[in-house]
Amino acid sequence: MAEARTLAMSESEEIVGRPSMKAPFSVGLLKAAETRENIVLLTADLGKYTDTIDFRHKYPERFFNVGMAEQSLVMTAAGLSKAGKISYCTTYGTFATRRAYDFLAIACAHSNENVKMFAGNPGLTTGYGGTHQANEDLALMRSIPNLTVIDPCDATEMVQVTQMAADIPGTVYCRQLRANVAVVLDPDTYRFQVGKGHVIGQLHDDTKLGFVSTGFMTERAIDASRHFERAGVSSAVFHSPCIKPFDTNGLLRFANSVDRLVICENHVTTGGLATLVVEALYEAGLSRKLLKIGIPDRFTECGSLPYLQDRYGLTTERIIEQTDTWMRA
Amino acid sequence: MARLRAKALDLRRHMVTQARGKGQGYLGQGLGIADFLTFMYFHEFEAKDLEFDRGDRRRFLLSTGHYSIALWAVLAELGIIPVPDLLSYGADGSPLEMSTMEGHVPGVEMTGGSLGHGLGVATGIALGYRLDGYASTIHVEISDGELQEGSTWEAANTAAALKADNLVCWVDCNGIQADGPLVVPVDPVPARFSAFGWLSMEIDGNDYDQLLDAFVWAAKREGKPKVVVMRTKPGCGITRIEQRDRAHFVRIDADEWDDVARELEAENG
Repeated sequence: MAEARTLAMSESEEIVGRPSMKAPFSVGLLKAAETRENIVLLTADLGKYTDTIDFRHKYPERFFNVGMAEQSLVMTAAGLSKAGKISYCTTYGTFATRRAYDFLAIACAHSNENVKMFAGNPGLTTGYGGTHQANEDLALMRSIPNLTVIDPCDATEMVQVTQMAADIPGTVYCRQLRANVAVVLDPDTYRFQVGKGHVIGQLHDDTKLGFVSTGFMTERAIDASRHFERAGVSSAVFHSPCIKPFDTNGLLRFANSVDRLVICENHVTTGGLATLVVEALYEAGLSRKLLKIGIPDRFTECGSLPYLQDRYGLTTERIIEQTDTWMRA
Repeated sequence: MARLRAKALDLRRHMVTQARGKGQGYLGQGLGIADFLTFMYFHEFEAKDLEFDRGDRRRFLLSTGHYSIALWAVLAELGIIPVPDLLSYGADGSPLEMSTMEGHVPGVEMTGGSLGHGLGVATGIALGYRLDGYASTIHVEISDGELQEGSTWEAANTAAALKADNLVCWVDCNGIQADGPLVVPVDPVPARFSAFGWLSMEIDGNDYDQLLDAFVWAAKREGKPKVVVMRTKPGCGITRIEQRDRAHFVRIDADEWDDVARELEAENG
């Protein structure tokens, strides 16, 4: 097929040293739609910026733009589900969660509606400040019953999750990586599974350093892990795209084999991955030194992505630096 | 009409049974909307619309979950739930909850109660039916209080913009809400909907001739979604409940229930 189209390039990160793919959401959605006539796509005046263009052109009658009305977006999606459709939705994470929370919880999750919310601008993937940066969406979403909550790492995972979401029962909240997205995981060998984490790198019984990461932080955790390996510190990564259901057993197996844990998330360090890990370890009676890397408890400002990610410690270099300092302390 | 009046009386009896079992409940709203529900389920609906797994059925969504007392009455009258179960209304562990939860009782088309959801959900179903070429109309009841919810107007905008002319919204304007008589005005209701691009009409929701006219009007597809603004009387059919000024949630002393039941028969028999 022709390369997927995106109109959101201005917000893309520059991708260095890795292959990339345009509009992986679009690619996955078109694959899912090949065999399913009941897929519909809805957006709330952000179709241009959430990689909906290909679906819209191919299936115009199945595309609905409700305007700037996220509550209507989610209610309409729930209604379409009741009429037998699989409702894919796009908007930004802040609007999907903070604005339309009750509607995702009650109109969708409470009735197990077939609604798949793909929420753009997760964490510091936009420079538009606290209004647009969904820094706490995982915390909000994981506390709603029945929901499946996913934070994909890269284009490979984005394509797979988008395609698979049609078959995941009930309501799904997935962070969307849009425009030009890095390819980190090998599409030939990597397979996303609901509720499963993935160990990346070599895990020994006495591995010194274990990175636990989700979302695009996995790319950086992999790079940081390789850096420490090269420096003679044995290291591996546990990538956990599924925030809910969370792979507690997988995490505990991983944590059992490492001395120290570094948790990396593109999200506030309360209520997201770090909280999940701490809960799981404590409940299992497993004690590990751990470092939480993520967005602090504050509203983040506007700025370029390199500036913001450096300022809040989310780049590979800053992960290495923070880990190094912590290990020496 | 005589048949429908008799049905409405049966529904009201079922509601009194429920409220009496519990000692309290949303009886005022239930009695007020009994006539409309009689028309919806015993005049508009055909047997195939009650096959709830049938994809192209006519649907009725009750957005006001706390009107469950009225829906349980209808479902009991239809034989979908056993009449004796009505005594468990609002009891711990009973599926006949004080507010409608989808999945607990057949025939509940949506989880109501978080107000401001019904119109948007109904809009989505209407769009789905249109995609599939289904001819059936989607009906949704919302309340005047729900016109204070912003989400209702988001949905009104969406339905008009997407020309959902297979959608009919019935607004139960009973003039009361949790804090008493409407605390924020919502009138003129028909004009507000017209301004949003809807076709509207206004009726007395307890008047049988007007209800009949409204259903005839609602059945015609005219390129726009339709709204029927129903002025209803809370507690309608039992004078002593109509006269309560706090009819939003009716509590009646144990020794008064015989009088309530007698009054229902005397005024409607």
